[in-house]
Amino acid sequence: MKFAACIFNGKAGDLSLRNLRTLESDAAVICRINGPVVKARGAAGFRMHETVLVGTKKLIGEVISLENDTATIQVYEVTTGLYVGEPVISTGKPLSVKLAPGIIGNIFDGIERPLKSIEKNSGPFILRGVDAEFPESDVRWHVHITAKPGDKVSGGMVVAETQETPLIVHKIMVPPGIEGVVSEVMPDGDYSAYDTLMKISLANGNNYDLKMLQEWPVRKPRPSMEKLAITEPLITGQRVIDTFFPIAKGGTAAIPGGFGTGKTMTQHQLAKWSDADIIVYVGCGERGNEMTEVLRDFPKLTDPKSGRPLMERTILIANTSDMPVAAREASIYTGVTLAEYYRDMGYNIALMADSTSRWAEALREISGRLEEMPAEEGFPAYLSSRLSEFYERAGKVRTLGNSTGSITIIGAVSPQGGDFSEPVTQNTRRFVRCFWGLDRQLAYSRHYPAIHWLSSYSEYLETLEKWYENNVDNQFMSYRSQLLKILNEEDKLIEIVKLIGGDILPDDQKLILETGRAIRFGFLQQGAFHPVDTYVPLKKQFLMMEVILYLHNKVFELVRNGIPISRIKELGLFEEIIRIKYTFRNDEPERFEELKKTIDEKLSTLI
Amino acid sequence: MSIEYLDLKNISGPLLVVKGVSEASFEELVEITVDEQGTRLGRIMDISDDVAVIQVFEGTSDISLKNARVRPLGRPLELPLSSEILGRVFDGLGRPIDGLGSVFPEMKRDVNGNPINPVSRKYPKDYIETGISAIDVLTTLIRGQKLPIFSGSGLPHNELAVQIVRQAKLPRQEDSEFAIVFAAMGVKHDVAEYFRESFRQSGVLQKVVMFLNLANDPPVERIVTPRCALTAAEYLAFELGMHILVILTDMSAYCEALREISSSKGEIPSRKGFPGYMYSDLASIYERAGMIEGRTGSITQIPILTMPNDDITHPIPDLTGYITEGQIVLDRDLHQRGVYPPISVLPSLSRLMKDSIGEKYTREDHASCASQLFASYAKVHEVRALASVIGEDELSEIDKLYMEFGRAFENEFLSQGKNEDRPLEYTLDLGWKLLGILPREELDRVDDKILDKYFKPRGGVHV
Repeated sequence: MKFAACIFNGKAGDLSLRNLRTLESDAAVICRINGPVVKARGAAGFRMHETVLVGTKKLIGEVISLENDTATIQVYEVTTGLYVGEPVISTGKPLSVKLAPGIIGNIFDGIERPLKSIEKNSGPFILRGVDAEFPESDVRWHVHITAKPGDKVSGGMVVAETQETPLIVHKIMVPPGIEGVVSEVMPDGDYSAYDTLMKISLANGNNYDLKMLQEWPVRKPRPSMEKLAITEPLITGQRVIDTFFPIAKGGTAAIPGGFGTGKTMTQHQLAKWSDADIIVYVGCGERGNEMTEVLRDFPKLTDPKSGRPLMERTILIANTSDMPVAAREASIYTGVTLAEYYRDMGYNIALMADSTSRWAEALREISGRLEEMPAEEGFPAYLSSRLSEFYERAGKVRTLGNSTGSITIIGAVSPQGGDFSEPVTQNTRRFVRCFWGLDRQLAYSRHYPAIHWLSSYSEYLETLEKWYENNVDNQFMSYRSQLLKILNEEDKLIEIVKLIGGDILPDDQKLILETGRAIRFGFLQQGAFHPVDTYVPLKKQFLMMEVILYLHNKVFELVRNGIPISRIKELGLFEEIIRIKYTFRNDEPERFEELKKTIDEKLSTLI
Repeated sequence: MSIEYLDLKNISGPLLVVKGVSEASFEELVEITVDEQGTRLGRIMDISDDVAVIQVFEGTSDISLKNARVRPLGRPLELPLSSEILGRVFDGLGRPIDGLGSVFPEMKRDVNGNPINPVSRKYPKDYIETGISAIDVLTTLIRGQKLPIFSGSGLPHNELAVQIVRQAKLPRQEDSEFAIVFAAMGVKHDVAEYFRESFRQSGVLQKVVMFLNLANDPPVERIVTPRCALTAAEYLAFELGMHILVILTDMSAYCEALREISSSKGEIPSRKGFPGYMYSDLASIYERAGMIEGRTGSITQIPILTMPNDDITHPIPDLTGYITEGQIVLDRDLHQRGVYPPISVLPSLSRLMKDSIGEKYTREDHASCASQLFASYAKVHEVRALASVIGEDELSEIDKLYMEFGRAFENEFLSQGKNEDRPLEYTLDLGWKLLGILPREELDRVDDKILDKYFKPRGGVHV
């Protein structure tokens, strides 16, 4: 602080050189450079949150505060080599994303520059000031225009469409805020994103040229008619999530966990198998190789619903930990804005943010460079309001075009030291309704997914109960709570076993330990790399629960009638139950009935 | 070019504040002449109007507000590079200190490097056989991976690193060349000497590039040392197509230097006084490992860090673990019981092994064997906790078997000689042999098919 003050005091000096440069253009000039934060003088005309071009290399930046005629700018590229006195040019536009077909299947950096064109222009390393065009002007889309001359249109209405990928029809909408009558339409045909598709005469007499390419500022949520009540689960094929802690379409969830507990693995599993129409995967300040892995795997994996490659429904945003920190801050907003755009077409979107802690740390880093007064652990005081704004962009809505769409947000949290009491985890907890706590001890014993059944919760249970009853089985929720009850009892018994050993427990409690173990290994643990177990449909999840409880209840009867549990264990039934996740394919429900018969037969030998 | 500035305003810790600077850029290299004799290097880390804050690599002692001249050099800190750097020794700023004169450069590179485009990365999947059982089977090292060793003071991390260097080989023989880049940050002279001597003994000294910032060298220099090393590594890997193993020791000293500079700048600290940007800063080092599509070379990083007070939740190991692709954790308790290498298996992890082991790469049972060893050894810990309360005699029969398995695992599987080079097949068979102590029903992580083929119960002592 002392030094910063001293720097500010030394403002007066020889300004001749800078004055000379200022005369060359009307732009503001850089007067301070401190990492990703740059200050520019002569910026009285700048607006808050507008995009500016910094320096002769035209690095992209955003105005984050204004004081007198000095603007503070966060720069989305590396500032090494920038001189004091270089110009800063205003663009007049807030930081925006470009919305056009071609987003799906693509991979962008934090401010929506396509990484493939960056590679084309600057090679394998990302250099400063590199150009990257999106959308590409030479790509043409076959557009079917649905609006006719004379139609009254308003913001959000679908007026044309094009097949973006075999899975997704891209609906071209009138931008929010535009209202008028279609005066002229082009015929169906191949157009680039920059071509005019139709003209709309506005109430004020002007004409609006509607193109596929539209823009939207990332920090402003796209409008919708109304938020709707949540009714359906997002089915993920992961047993511990679908059965124990389900998330709804339009809901919010957090996955906190220390390093090595499997946050990214869980996020990848959800991105692969959840039944959303479109996945937006934001790799925010994480490892480069993880994004490479997604790029390598997703085109090869097929969507269980449609049988098409997963990449055809996936949007990737990669701002890895070595990429500039300010763009990391923006990447989350870029992701959610793209999600909202597709939501407005009537799709269900799942947005994975991995990891929101890196985003919060980017906030902290920028805030520290601005010398703002820190709150907890150096994080800025506005951390919690930023988090709530972000998670509030999730939800199920009636769109302006009168269809329904939803955004589900699943944020990974990387608590420092794996300690859930740190500010990001605590603040996130307030704004999400599903909490999948990853446990280090489980991860150490390679129990994956390491979502701990006792520390996790879902507030959507009641809302979704009806759905499960109508669509899977009316016993679903009852079975779930029976399993959870056994796990709870097991946990208490394990505490006792830790003190006195398991041998002296009565047989009915030993049974709880056996069943608990069967649930943990046979149900909760799920093999992400196993071809059968990586995705399990709800029906099989239900049957697995049923057969576990069937065995439990049968054995309970026997134990009550005095048959020692050690003899029952010798039958190997519990081991068999643990293995059904691998041995029973997902499309073999009849084998569960056979298994029940085997259980009956084997147990009857003891009576 | 050679404008010099004399108007020093302030000196504090490693930082120098100069006024009247008109032609200098952010992170530009400056030369400071003190007392008209001897120059030092520094870097501009904050510049506003005409006031520049300079971080002096060699420290600020003897500099007064009157006796120094500051000259911006018009470029960031660059490292001269050519294939001649192999076998050479440099200081922490990349200047030769082996008396063999300066390097005739084919090119110069900014030591800060540039981020690798995730699209251009090649996903690493060639496994490196180290001949160390605990690493090969349980935390497999992959070419292009960054796999740190989390250690504590007094633990044999240097020996382990040397053993990895000596024994590392690819199962598939290729013609491509390998080399080692070694960066020492704040380590003792004898530690650096130990590494040098070990490289010499294994006959690879001509393939080693060393960057030494020793314990008595200025701490600020340490900020640059790993970056110099990685710039050299990138050149060798991606320009010359070599496979590079980078050893960075000790990252804790690096982080402490970062903290020192941050606090003299008066920045707002986050946990334990470390700066809020330490994650990004460490990432800019660790992420410079990997492979690039279309280039032959690779950079594999083994950073070594000593956990203060053996605490894995301390910010240094914590932030490192969030960036690196796994970690090898050393354990004091095992060390004291004479187990070498004292690798604490449960918290150790290799994130890249999942795609690089198994039928096509190592052996079909690798994943199952590893997963079962992890699970059974985790259970050993539970049983031991119980035994410490009720005594081993009171344990159930199964639990006694677990105790036995635990001992055998530590003494036969983990323990090995400092020069012992075990083939992977041998280690896998050893794993199955030890799992044979347990009854088959206890092996719940393994498919029946694999069990039928590999599981061999120990001579009929089933309970």
